[in-house]
Amino acid sequence: MGKIKVSEQQKYKHLFKKRPLYKRILSSWLSYLFIAPILIIFIWWWVIPFITSLGLSFCRYDIFNPPKFVGLKNFKTVFTNPVFWVAMKNTAIYTGVTVSIGVTLSLSLAVLLDQKIRFRNFFRTVYFLPSVTSAIAISVVWRWIYSPNKYGLLNYFLSFAKIKPLNWLGELNLILPSVMMMAIWGGIGYGMVIFLAGLQGISNSLYEAAEIDGANAFKRFWHITLPLLRPTTLFIVVWSIINGFQVFEQMYIMVRSIESIGGPLNAGLVVVAHLYEQGFERLRMGYASAVAYVLFAVIFTITIINFTLLKPKD
Amino acid sequence: MKWFRTVSKIVLYLLLFVVSITMLMPFYWMVRSSFSQAKDILKYPPKFWLREPTIEGYKDLFKLVPFGRYMFNSIFIAGVVTICNLFFCSLAGYAFAKHKFPFQNFIFAFLLASMMVPWQVNLIPGYLIAKNLGWLDTYWALIIPYIAGVFGVFLMRQLIRGIPNDLIDAARIDGCGHFRIYRLIILPEIRPALATLGIFEFLHMWNMFVWPLIIIMNRNELRTLPLALAVMNAETYGSRIISLMAGATLATMPIVILFLMFQRMFIKGIAFTGMKE
Repeated sequence: MGKIKVSEQQKYKHLFKKRPLYKRILSSWLSYLFIAPILIIFIWWWVIPFITSLGLSFCRYDIFNPPKFVGLKNFKTVFTNPVFWVAMKNTAIYTGVTVSIGVTLSLSLAVLLDQKIRFRNFFRTVYFLPSVTSAIAISVVWRWIYSPNKYGLLNYFLSFAKIKPLNWLGELNLILPSVMMMAIWGGIGYGMVIFLAGLQGISNSLYEAAEIDGANAFKRFWHITLPLLRPTTLFIVVWSIINGFQVFEQMYIMVRSIESIGGPLNAGLVVVAHLYEQGFERLRMGYASAVAYVLFAVIFTITIINFTLLKPKD
Repeated sequence: MKWFRTVSKIVLYLLLFVVSITMLMPFYWMVRSSFSQAKDILKYPPKFWLREPTIEGYKDLFKLVPFGRYMFNSIFIAGVVTICNLFFCSLAGYAFAKHKFPFQNFIFAFLLASMMVPWQVNLIPGYLIAKNLGWLDTYWALIIPYIAGVFGVFLMRQLIRGIPNDLIDAARIDGCGHFRIYRLIILPEIRPALATLGIFEFLHMWNMFVWPLIIIMNRNELRTLPLALAVMNAETYGSRIISLMAGATLATMPIVILFLMFQRMFIKGIAFTGMKE
């Protein structure tokens, strides 16, 4: 039997042989035409900038004079610049706090809403509302709410608790927490919706079985919900961290003062704001490119660490 | 145990309700402030309900800046980008999902890998490219880089893969070309997904800030809404806050209305981003 098959295959070899590559490419011209727009845009506005950026990070460049190669000097400057470290520290604090509190709150809300509840859609809609609104508009409104005098809405609320008006966006220790509070307010809806989608994927029979075995609500959450939500949690944590490190708009609206983009004593300076200021206001484009690559490296590393730590076990 | 159930239910609803108030309060405050009179805005204690709402703030806003033009800019840019994306992404998604061509997987993996890189890395070279093209202070720079996006292609590919091959094969046997298959079979099948992608792109472009910030430097009439708000914010003091809140309201409301109308698609799209393979 086998012998016959082999000879048959030999006989029809020409039919099985793959055509040469160039012929296959030519005959798929229509497919290439279909992906041409995305490819062109991608190469033009992503690949070329990506490489240019790497090149620029090794140069001194101010737009007016041609770039001059300076080797690793920009990266050296980045790492020895105390202002960069202030920005990095602020960004890390901002990200750490908003992600940990935000993800916890999102998960809690999702678990609460994943029951038979009246007005469920109403609650979901309301919580999600800030996620569709522009960060700029939200920040503008919150800046008004955070007004330092007694007219500020938040200070007015606090006056009921006999707390004196606070200078939310002016006092060094309050700037970052104020922005973080707003960011958490604006971000929990997004995480909640994704957690809800994840919760919907957990079958009810698991909970019923656990209930029969006498597991209480907390135990069911701890031993069923949390482990099965692991992929969802991983996604939200990674997504939020990536976003946290890129924070800019909120700071641009709430923190920026005439003297500096980072507010008084750079108390609200973040990495992207530092990048923007150096690149576009001081025209130190080589240095700013180096900052961008350092940011990329930090985000990349944290993403990898998260994937290894939170990887679903199976 | 019954009383315990009832109490916990009440606590639950109370909690959800308080969170709702917290989420809505800034929006309410924005709208309220935008309709208040100049003499009321800095009154203490602040009134939660306006006795005599007025649209003076909105009138001032349009007198102060060409706000109508800004709204047009945002709608125009977001609209054009959205339509282009729907077309180009579904086309490319179809090719990636149902065609076989050399380097297909390599190209797709390459596109996906780009989603790992933060956009700030490409900000400065992007600016330089726009500058060399003479595109600073033009619509071109705000539109062209966004007319086809990797996320859209990915979304489309995943959904088109679910369309049965039999359908496509039958059409091929009947003599349909690739483009007719795309038009007659693929497009009708993915209509809900197109709506989701459309809303996403529109939202993204409507809220985009940093790119317009560096592109629109001198021709102020080309500002988009977020950029206009940011500029006004930097110049705002005293009673101008009313027009600022009016601007924020006008920048927010179209999206909020869109969201309330197409809620299910928003939520579906969000859930999809969370369930990438």
